[in-house]
Amino acid sequence: MSHHQLDARRMLCPMPVIRTQNFVVKLPPGDTVDVLCTDPGALHDIPAWCRIHGHEIINTQEQQDGELTITVRVGADSS
Amino acid sequence: MTQPITRQRKAVSLISGGLDSMLATRAMLDQGIHVEGINFYTGFCVEGHTHAIRKKDKAKPKRNNALWVAEQLGIKLHIVDIIDEYKDVVINPKHGYGSNMNPCLDCKCFMVRKAHEWIEEHGFDFIITGEVVGQRPMSQRRDTMPVIQRESGAEDRLLRPLCAKILPATLPEREGWVDREKLFNFNGRGRKPQIALAEKMGIVDFAQPSGGCCFLTDAAYSSKLADLWSARGERRYELDDIMLLKVGRHLRPRPHFKIIVGREEGENRFLEGYRKQFTHMYTTSHSGPLVLLDGEANADDLQLAARLTARFSQGKMADTVRVELHEKGADKRELDVVPLTNEEIPVEWYL
Ligand code: SF4
Repeated sequence: MSHHQLDARRMLCPMPVIRTQNFVVKLPPGDTVDVLCTDPGALHDIPAWCRIHGHEIINTQEQQDGELTITVRVGADSS
Repeated sequence: MTQPITRQRKAVSLISGGLDSMLATRAMLDQGIHVEGINFYTGFCVEGHTHAIRKKDKAKPKRNNALWVAEQLGIKLHIVDIIDEYKDVVINPKHGYGSNMNPCLDCKCFMVRKAHEWIEEHGFDFIITGEVVGQRPMSQRRDTMPVIQRESGAEDRLLRPLCAKILPATLPEREGWVDREKLFNFNGRGRKPQIALAEKMGIVDFAQPSGGCCFLTDAAYSSKLADLWSARGERRYELDDIMLLKVGRHLRPRPHFKIIVGREEGENRFLEGYRKQFTHMYTTSHSGPLVLLDGEANADDLQLAARLTARFSQGKMADTVRVELHEKGADKRELDVVPLTNEEIPVEWYL
């Protein structure tokens, strides 16, 4: 099981969720991804997309400067 | 005798985030079809980022309507970035534009074509949309419905559940994958049948229909896009260009340059991300906006831009205002300028 990082900083919604989707579909179940982003809309979009597709958000961190790290664990059916 | 095993048929639904595609999808789910959603991001979509830019909108709860609809319906949603391919649709629409820069018919053909490619790739059987005959003057007319089927290549694998009964039967109906009798005959601009169906299906929360699903139907936005093309002498754009058209005040004091003035903190912060790419300036003696300059500017032009920058700062009534100028590829310098007065700014400068 691997851990990955995806940089979606300075991208505006819905680009961070599109990048997350395109990245996650290539991963096996159990892998984790730290998605770095700056658009606060990603706080809604990425979890919503994960709920729909059966992935899990295992951590969300917001730094002082507004930079966000959303950690996704890939679910069993990642299609 | 054993019954032949019938496989569950699969459809992809074009999800815009509005009510119609939501109803069309529900109608298919209710007939036992496996449905997944597809949503296209063109760069012009009203969704999302405009909220992220403007600070005052930040407090409002924001959701991506397409994702929200998919979650309500319990279906998967695939969001597809078509930014680059879509340029050709906006720049050269075969069927022309609607009342603004919206190439709705070409846009629909393009999206259904992409959905058709998607179903072929993923082994799905047909495509559904929330289109209603007569709902929109350009793309949803009785005579444009077959155009979309033909030009997208989807032909009779394109089903519009909300108005199927007044259109010729499609493959899913003829094959009995869906029961045509249970489909609908909505027609015209009215919204009553949709609202009534939503109520019957127990759908209470949905995005209100508006003029269209993207910025290209907006008159102010369209005129800024037209200005961009005429100033450049060619019809071309990059994602950054069309993002910037959504932000700030745009003024074109001379044919060869325009300025983009942040209107509040959120916009200023957004514009800051473009500092490296653009000549930009801001006032240092008074608080004020960040101003980007797009185009070629000589010394007089820079002076004029600085006076405009001063005009939009807190120092607009002051005798002189100090402006820090960062010219692309040059060292920063300071200019002391007299703010322009309102009377000195012709309304035609505002885009
Ligand atoms: S409003 Fe925009 S997204 Fe919707 S059909 Fe027209 S051009 Fe396409």
